Amino acid sequence: MSVSAAERQIPEPMAPVPWRILDVRREVADGEVFTWRLRPESGAAPEARPGQFNMLYLFGVGEVAISVSAMDGDGSLVHTIRAVGSVTRTMQGLRAGDVVGVRGPFGSAWPVEAAEGRDLVLAAGGIGLAPLRPVIHAVLARREAFGRVLICYGARSPRDLIFRDELAQWQARADLDVRVTVDRGTADWKGDVGVVTQLIDRGGFDGRNALAMVCGPEVMMRFSALSLHRRGVVPERTFVSMERCMRCALGFCGHCQIGPHFVCRDGPVFPYPVMEPAFRVHEL
Amino acid sequence: MRVMAPEEMEALIRLLSDDGYEVVGPTRREGAIVYDRLQGLSDLPAGWGDEHGPGHYRLRQRDDQALFGYVVGPHSWKKYLFPPRETLVRVLRREDGGFETQPGEPAPPRRAFIGVRPCELAAIGIQDRVFLEQSVRDRAYGARREGVFLVAVNCAEPGGTCFCTSMGTGPRAGSGFDLGLTEVIGEGTHFLVIEAGSEAGEAMLARMDTREASEAERAAAEQVWLEAPKHMGRTMPGDAREVLARALEHPRWAQTAERCLSCANCTLVCPTCFCAQMEELPDLEGKSSERVRLWDSCFNGEHSYMIGGPHRSTVAARYRQWLTHKLSSWHEQFGSSGCVGCGRCITWCPVGIDITEEVAAIRATGQGKAGGQGT
Repeated sequence: MSVSAAERQIPEPMAPVPWRILDVRREVADGEVFTWRLRPESGAAPEARPGQFNMLYLFGVGEVAISVSAMDGDGSLVHTIRAVGSVTRTMQGLRAGDVVGVRGPFGSAWPVEAAEGRDLVLAAGGIGLAPLRPVIHAVLARREAFGRVLICYGARSPRDLIFRDELAQWQARADLDVRVTVDRGTADWKGDVGVVTQLIDRGGFDGRNALAMVCGPEVMMRFSALSLHRRGVVPERTFVSMERCMRCALGFCGHCQIGPHFVCRDGPVFPYPVMEPAFRVHEL
Repeated sequence: MRVMAPEEMEALIRLLSDDGYEVVGPTRREGAIVYDRLQGLSDLPAGWGDEHGPGHYRLRQRDDQALFGYVVGPHSWKKYLFPPRETLVRVLRREDGGFETQPGEPAPPRRAFIGVRPCELAAIGIQDRVFLEQSVRDRAYGARREGVFLVAVNCAEPGGTCFCTSMGTGPRAGSGFDLGLTEVIGEGTHFLVIEAGSEAGEAMLARMDTREASEAERAAAEQVWLEAPKHMGRTMPGDAREVLARALEHPRWAQTAERCLSCANCTLVCPTCFCAQMEELPDLEGKSSERVRLWDSCFNGEHSYMIGGPHRSTVAARYRQWLTHKLSSWHEQFGSSGCVGCGRCITWCPVGIDITEEVAAIRATGQGKAGGQGT
């Protein structure tokens, strides 16, 4: 038995810390997707790495796992939230100045350093662009350290595209290859229509030398991985970010298990071969 | 090796109470042996035994006055160390719209557990690894675990659903207890052999009325230890971990799912299952809110809740998750099996699904379809 005498002095790991919303930004027209910049009421935000997440808490409502969508290095952390459940729908009504609870950051990070000297392929589906945005920021901060950089982004429709202003800036750059597709176009949509894997299939990167990061619905990640591997990307350099219902983020509650892995602690970012059974075996 | 009269349990319970322990142990209630507060010797289930089978449990009167003549009941010590419901954090709303947090529960009492079976000692060790020996310690579990006084009782007559010898956890406790008891009942004799397993146990032993065991008493205790393994009702295949790791798409899962009610009984009686739900419980005035932790089960639909539906919608997937986690992936997570061979999941399954039979069936047919590449 290894129990310390000072057990009761240990801070409660499940206690949320008060953070303040500095500003709210609507990402889509109806506000279903929105971005918060958050800062602790006292002190600065702890350091977070691209791909990690926080548990965001609303008094009297509950807690949800939300990935960090930007870290500006100014003591704040940015989260992009889609209002789909009881907690996130209530969050939709909050304004700058309101206080929410935060625990974190938790989990594994995208292997940005491992991509240095290689071509980098980022494949995002829907809100899956949010956990990848810090990678894009990190790459642009040291653009010369990477080879060709490809961003393949798919959304349901043009109105569902998030980070529009930034997306336009990225598309304007000569040193980024940004490809966007939607499942269903509109009358004024001039871009691609179809699934994100088609963007990968067009190539434009050295597969054998590339590293890929994929984030989106599981079916999208599965077929993106297949496309990447057909293009020569080795499975070991393909990374995915998994989503499961996380209640504690500490490896205690058991909800986020995929085989032997706790998504909250061992993930959410995994090398593809580690998650391969989850894509292959139904309802694992 | 020392010996004491069964009646000396009265003194042990009193001494522990005097030392400030809340003494808990086996007692008979509503047709079962359960764990609850013990005031004295008379609370112990003297003269009661139990029958175990798949989906079957009955108390029966013994023809002796054995204090520990039963196997295990539906309760495990988990209910004290990892209670079914606890408030982890109390959140108080401030006037300005912010909040502050307080501990959810008052400091827990120091408890003495009387009658811990060897398999249960192993189960406590497993939950210690889950809650205290990972990257983050579970503060609430640690506060309750700290200073627990453990009185183990070696098994004399394992039951029909026991398989601790297969799991290497019993029927005799090796270590991890403060005091270890072996109950010996022969023709005209009834005594308890007692040994200390810790300094606290030594100190307690010195305050009790015991004497050095005679040669015959020593031999009688050794006979109990020798005989106990022969009563084991079940056997778990030694390669369960590997068998299940290869069998993720075995047809047995769907077959068993036709019987399984997904009722979660097995996970509730299991002394190692640790899954929990978090609930937010605000008061009606909106001034405070509790973060409540409740036992959950991988058999509940809510357990795999995701926007868009549970990712384990079928009973087959839930049963597979339970069995493969318990016997296979637990090794990778925590360095041991998650099963201690107590047999509770077999006894308390309303349709009598037998974990050992399931593994044996998969093992017997595992090399064909279940080769790992799936369908």
